[in-house]
Order: sequence, then C-alpha cells, then structure tokens
Amino acid sequence: MNTDWEIIIGLEVHIQLITASKLFSGSPTAYGAQPNTQASIIDLGFPGVLPVFNQTALDMAVKFGLSIGAKVAPKSVFARKNYFYPDLPKGYQISQYNLPIVVGGSLLIHPEDGVPKRIMITRAHLEEDAGKSLHEHFEGQSGIDLNRAGIPLLEVVSEPEMRSAKEAVSYLKTLHALIRYLEISDGNLQEGSFRCDANVSVRRQGDAKLGTRTEIKNVNSFRFVEKAIQYEAKRQIEILEQGGKITQETRAYDAHKDETRSLRTKEEANDYRYFPDPDLLPVLVDAAFIARIQKELPELPQEKAERFETMYALNSYDANVLTATKELAHYFEETLSSSGTHEPKLCANWIMGELLAALNKENLEITASPVSPCELGHLILRIHDKTISGKIAKTIFEKLLAGEKDVDAIIEKQGLKQVTDTDFIEKIIDEVLKANPSQVIDYHSGKERLFGFFIGQIMKASQGKLNPEQVNEILQLKLKI
Amino acid sequence: MYNYTIAELLKGLDTRQFSSEELVKFFLGRIAKKSSLNCFITVTETEALLAARAQDNKRHKGEQAALAGIPIAHKDIFCTKGIKTSCGSKMLDNFVSPYDATLVSRLKEAGTVLIGKTNMDEFAMGSSNETSYYGPVLNPWDPKAVPGGSSGGSAAAVAARLTPAATGTDTGGSIRQPAALSGITGLKPTYGRVSRYGMIAFASSLDQAGPMAKTAEDCALLLQVMAGNDLKDSTNVDKPVPNYTASLNDSLEGLRIGLPKEFFGEGLHPEVEQQLRDALRLLEKQGAVIKEISLPNTALSIPTYYVIAPAECSSNLARFDGVRYGYRCQDPKNIDDLYKRSRQEGFGSEVKRRILMGTYVLSSGYYDAYYLKAQQVRNLISHDFKAAFKEVDVILGPTTPTPAFNLGEKAKDPVSMYLCDIYTISVNLAGLPALSMPGGLVNKRPVGIQLIGNYFEEAKLLNIAHQFQQVTDWHQQVPPGCEEV
Repeated sequence: MNTDWEIIIGLEVHIQLITASKLFSGSPTAYGAQPNTQASIIDLGFPGVLPVFNQTALDMAVKFGLSIGAKVAPKSVFARKNYFYPDLPKGYQISQYNLPIVVGGSLLIHPEDGVPKRIMITRAHLEEDAGKSLHEHFEGQSGIDLNRAGIPLLEVVSEPEMRSAKEAVSYLKTLHALIRYLEISDGNLQEGSFRCDANVSVRRQGDAKLGTRTEIKNVNSFRFVEKAIQYEAKRQIEILEQGGKITQETRAYDAHKDETRSLRTKEEANDYRYFPDPDLLPVLVDAAFIARIQKELPELPQEKAERFETMYALNSYDANVLTATKELAHYFEETLSSSGTHEPKLCANWIMGELLAALNKENLEITASPVSPCELGHLILRIHDKTISGKIAKTIFEKLLAGEKDVDAIIEKQGLKQVTDTDFIEKIIDEVLKANPSQVIDYHSGKERLFGFFIGQIMKASQGKLNPEQVNEILQLKLKI
Repeated sequence: MYNYTIAELLKGLDTRQFSSEELVKFFLGRIAKKSSLNCFITVTETEALLAARAQDNKRHKGEQAALAGIPIAHKDIFCTKGIKTSCGSKMLDNFVSPYDATLVSRLKEAGTVLIGKTNMDEFAMGSSNETSYYGPVLNPWDPKAVPGGSSGGSAAAVAARLTPAATGTDTGGSIRQPAALSGITGLKPTYGRVSRYGMIAFASSLDQAGPMAKTAEDCALLLQVMAGNDLKDSTNVDKPVPNYTASLNDSLEGLRIGLPKEFFGEGLHPEVEQQLRDALRLLEKQGAVIKEISLPNTALSIPTYYVIAPAECSSNLARFDGVRYGYRCQDPKNIDDLYKRSRQEGFGSEVKRRILMGTYVLSSGYYDAYYLKAQQVRNLISHDFKAAFKEVDVILGPTTPTPAFNLGEKAKDPVSMYLCDIYTISVNLAGLPALSMPGGLVNKRPVGIQLIGNYFEEAKLLNIAHQFQQVTDWHQQVPPGCEEV
C-alpha cells in the first residue's frame, strides 16, 4: 500500500439480538423458517396495528453499553425513518435517531500486526430489521419474506479511528467476541446476525482534513471486510493521484470480482424524514435498572485477559489469544482444571499450538474440537507427572484427534509409559555405547557433538520412552568414565 | 322504539318486550328505508341477525353482558374481523380485516350487535364527510346540509335513529363536530383512555376513539366498555376506569364553568352564541358558577394541527403501497410505478394534499421550522389549558362556529373547511377529554355545546351533560322525516 496516504475507517455494525420475539411484536425470531411464517399482522404492517417495545432488547442494549463503558441514556426515543421499499412493510423503519440508548464508550483492539489501540464508539441504538426481497426463482417478479422484518438490531457506530483494514478486522473481531461474551447475539455472520458497513476515506499523510468518504454496505465476513477496504482505499488513492475527486456514495462489495461498485450517490439518497414515533413512549432507564444490568454482566474479554495474566502467569499475548472468544477461554480453563492446574503455560502452548493448528486445518470451531478439554488436560497431566514425554504426548494427541478417548488407556495399550527406572535406563545406555565403540572413542577425543548422536540412538532403542532428563544425566556420567 | 335510549332498550330486552333479533331487524329496516342518507358503507345484516340470536339465547340462559343485544354501528375506521374495513377509501375498498380492533372486541364481549360500518371522510380527513370514496353522507335534519365529519356516518345514523349507538374517532373534532351538526351527543375521551389498536391511524398522537349516541347516559354506558388498559397500545394509559353512570346524577352545585373569551369572538354565529347563553342560564340554575377565562394560544391551534397531523399521516399512510393488501394499480411496470399509480389512484385529493403537506414539513431542512416549532406551540396550548383548570372545573364553549353548512359549500376551499374545527382542535393537541351535546336549533339545523374537561375527567363531562339533558329535550328531538319510517 502506498505510504503517502492514510486510510480512515469508521464502522457501523448491525447486530441481531437473540430475543425470543421481535422488537415490536410477539413473532418468533428463529432463523431459516419458511418465508412469511414468522410474520404477524404487526410485522406485515396491517392497517391499525401498533408496536409494543420488547423490554428484553433494552436489557441487551444496556448490557452492551455498560460493557464498553458508555453512557446509557436515561431517555431514548424511537423515531420513524421513512422510505418506500417492498421489504419495509410500514413504509418506515422504527429506529433510534437523535436520542440513542447508548452514547460513547470504547473498545480496546489487538491488531495482528500492531500495538493494542483503543477505538472510540460514537453510539449504539436499537432498531428493527427489514424483511428480505428474493429476486431469484420468480420470473419477472420479486418475492418478499418478512420473517426478518422486526427482528431487533443493535447498530454500533464507531468513530473513524481505524487506519488499516487489519485494524478494522481486529475491531470487528473484538466487537464480535464481546457480543458473544454478553450473550446478546449469536454473531452468526452467515445468517446475517452480524453485518458491517464500512466508511472509508483516504488523505495524504499529515493532512488534518478528512477526505470524502464512501460507505461499503453489508459486508458479511471478516475476510471480505478486509479485502473490500483494501480495494476501496486503493481505488480512492488511484483516483486522487490522477487528480480526480471522490464521490460521496454508497458502494457494494462484490466478493467474486473482489471489487466495490457504486449503489447510489448522495444526490440519490433518500430524505428519511425522521420524526419521533408517536406510537411509542420514550424509553426511560433509571439508576436501579442500570445497577441490575451491571450485576448481570459476565466477565468481559479484557477483564478475563488481565485475570489470565495475573492468575496463570501467562504473557499478554497468550492471554489475549486465549480470551479472544468466550469458548476458547472456557476451553483453556477446563483443560487447565483437568490437568491438575500445575502447568498453565503448558496448557496455553498446547491449545495455541497443537490444538488450534489441528482445528484450523479442519476448519473447525473450538466448540467442535474432536479433543475435549478433559482429554487434553489429562494428557498434560501425564506430561507433568512424567508418565510420558512431550514427544510421546504428541503421538497420543494424534490418536485423540483421530477419535480415541482415554489417554491412560492409550498409554497402557501402546506401552508408551515413560521409563524412569535408573537400572533399565543404564542398561539401554550401556548397550548403545557397547554397540558404537568407535563413536565413543571419537567423543573422548573431542567430538562432543556426538552426545546428540548417542541420545538419538538411546531414544530409538527405547522407542522414546525413557525420561529424557534422566537419560541426559546418566549418559554424561557414563561418558566421563 | 326508535327513540329509546340504551338503558330503555336494555330494560325492554330484560322484560321481553322485544328480543335483540327484533331490535336488530327493526333498525336494519330503518337503515334500508333511509339508505339515501348514505350513512353506511357496509350493512352487516347476516352477521347481525346471527349475533342477535346468540345474544337472545344467552339472555334466556341468564348469561348477559353489560350491553347484551344492543345494536351498534362502527365507524369504518375500526378493523372488524371478516368484514370489509375501508376507512372511506378506494385504497381499502377490497380490504377485509383479519382481526378485530380492541374497541370492537370489547364491545362485542359486552354483547353489542354490530349492524354496520359507517361512512366517513377518507382516512378520517375531512369535516363534512364529502371526502369519502363512497360519497357524502346527508344530514338527516336537512339533506342539503353536511352531517359534519369525519365521523359523519356515525353521527347521521344516530341522529336519524338508524342505530341506538355508534363509535367514532376524533383527531381534530371528528366526533364532536358531526355530533354537533347532527344533533347528538358525542364524547372524545382523554388521549390514552381508549385503545387505538385496530383503529386505522390518521395522526397517532391525536387520534382517540369515543362513543356517539343520543344522550350522555348512553355515552357513559358505551365508554364504560370501551375504556381501559390495552397492552397492545403503548400510548394507552393504565388507569382505573371509574363507574361513569354512578356519577351522572351528581349535583352541579358550585361547579365552576370557564368560558374562554377566545371562543366567543369573531366568527361565532350570533344565534349559536345565543343558544350557548341560554344553556349557561340553565346550568347556572342548577348551581354552576360561570367565569370568563382565557386560552391565549387558541388561534395557533389550526396551523399547529395542520403541521402535526399531516406529518404523522404522511408516515402512517405509507403502508398503503399496493404491495400486501388494498388497492393495486393495473399492470405496474416496475415497483416505482406500482407505488406511484396505486397511491395516485387509490387515495382521494384531500388525503393526497395532507400527505404532501406532511412530507414537506418533515423534509430535511424544514423539520425545525415546522414540525419542531409546531410541537413547541402544542406545549403552549396544553399549558393554556393547565392554567385554566387551576381556576375552573370544566370549560364550556361552542363545538362549531356555525350550524351545518351546505354540501359543496366549502369543498373547494380547504382552508375555510379547516377553520370549522377552530374550537375542537386545541383539545386534541392537549389530549383532553371533551363532549358535544345538542344545544338547540339555528335555522332548523342543530347546534352543539362543547364541554372540555381536565385529563381523565370524562365522568364530570358526562355528569354535566346528563344534568343538562334532564332540563332540556334537544337530545330527544328527531330530525323531520325520521320519526316512524
């Protein structure tokens, strides 16, 4: 990327909340039902129907606000955003406009290629989702599915404080982990539970004034967000370097072609004619309510990472990786507890190394790990109590991955138990030394590198079962003679 | 029988003087004979007879609800399950509601029998019933005159004794003004007293449903059933419903009645004023004390209303887009064409005028100057009333400046039409309860007296009106030609 330019990114994320019923009606919110089977007369915008606010969504929004250190507005107001679209049954979307429920706050991100950075949040507000227009399967017509219409959304708007696509992705991952920690959303990107709009502009390094921005709509994967921003920044820089001007517009990212294209310009934008929805009362939140939600807050990613550092003496990198998702942190603590809690660092290394590598290879989530934390913990316990060596442990781990269950049974059955019997170890060493007399002479004449050769031969002869520390110690003694 | 009050009809049903079925047939017969008045969009003859028989059976078994067997007509703005609900518009001419409005189900549970859906100004926008897609309603007192609007069909049907009772809605005077011009009693309750669920919205922050009947006592019986908390309407107020009939006979001794000087100035027809002065003398005789008060921002109520109501209506009527229900234009070329032509062909000119005004005042760059300013003035108007109610118990004035005007007289001049509502509109902006009761005839056309109460003081308004109706007989007078038909 051209280093004369600075990329400015602000993100708007639409998060579907996991309430049982919709934001303003009693209809269920489950994903994937037959079209229009989860749409009541309220969701369909029938004449005379009225919205009733789902208080559970309020709890969730306040939970989010408190978790990012934001101000929870004592009074927030639902407004109507007026525009015509076939999947918008009432001709307006109910959304919070100038008085949102959550104001301010911040997220601490840990970009892969940089130092931790705090990103300020502008606001988060509640609104209802729209339905879906289905353009396939209907010759010359469009189908409308209103199952999604009215599902509660929390829209989280960041300040334009990200400076690279990687930072944007890190922000999204941090936000994604947080909402999953809070259990306010399933965060399912494929099902559209977590949708991102990116505002991108560029300016020459050192310029104070922000450039004209474009908004890339509805990007549904972290990887595509990264690629879309990279593409868009490159496009803008090319235009500016050729003396052109950026048009303020909404653009869409086409993943197949890896490019963004214009959807509509500012001139074509709707005048939404926002005004307070007269069918709904202002949402009032008092101190007692906030105190109750505060009490219900779980341990948050940042707090957990700090606890991992102090309680388990892990470094900051390990702590942050392990707390990146609630499920991974849980896996770690379960593993540690099954391993007898002696070796936090060893547990961390096994999870971040062997386990995650294996899962990545199979494209599996931690929750779908073929090795349970109980089995992995048991394996680590056997390393700790010297029943097996780390090398043997890797062999056993392969078997666990392949579906075998009982660590001790594998050790027993395969005879993998580590040998710590000094007499037996001496016997093997003696045999190896006897079998390689010339190497012993060479060693004594100064070729000390041959020490490794002897270790290799000994381990080979014992199928790696001898305790490596003892082998080291005894071999040194034997060779001194 | 046509002039019986609800209480008298209930007594007749109780004593087996007549059955509900006979009652329903009787009124259906009158409706048929007076069809030229055009009071009804739909007459639900079959359903009514079935429902009446069911009520009669229940009565035989000794199970009877408060208003068991009483025929009623609903303004066609209320959703009625399985029955066409048009809102007076071509847009909903083909719309059969899949559900009952809360008000409809409450009155159904109370045993009333729906005999028809009444004509109205399109989407309740109008003061003369001339904007209805189904043609104007004629005033039973004089077929050259309008019955008022927007609940003109309900008012005229009660006035012509085609139904003992009807429901109406009032956004800027739409219960009280037609009640006045048709010579009946109509009550607009406090905003939030009666559920708006299932009542097709015109201006959500102003709309309120209420009873329309011959007498205050009948209105009390109806409101008793209509009022109360409904979890389906967030703006509905959870406040106990008093017994409205229990206080009807309270004495008016010491009652402080305020006369807003702004209601008695220029524009008020001198003979209407004379009727009011006569009424005041009667109330004074009953012990009331009269006091002049001021509502200084009255003149601002019409411009304020014509910003807020159209703004809300422009958004509320966006759902009528030809996509899911209602009118859809022939052979739309694409979605924009479908929207444009469905709405262009489905809405009448007054509705379109208000949608345009509302869209304009909410537009970016105009919002602060119009909508926000109007909300501020609205607060001033509410404050005027608050101050007044520190000095008086109730406010009395005319419902309308003149008796009913002629059909066509104001139809081409919307502003003069809007000015008819000068005395009623401020009440909606403040959300207060108000009642209109018959106060005499001027040029053989009825005149209404308006009583405005403090929040949730419907019982007091009904009490005063009932006492007034004990010493007058305006409410018993039947339009010429509407006696035995």
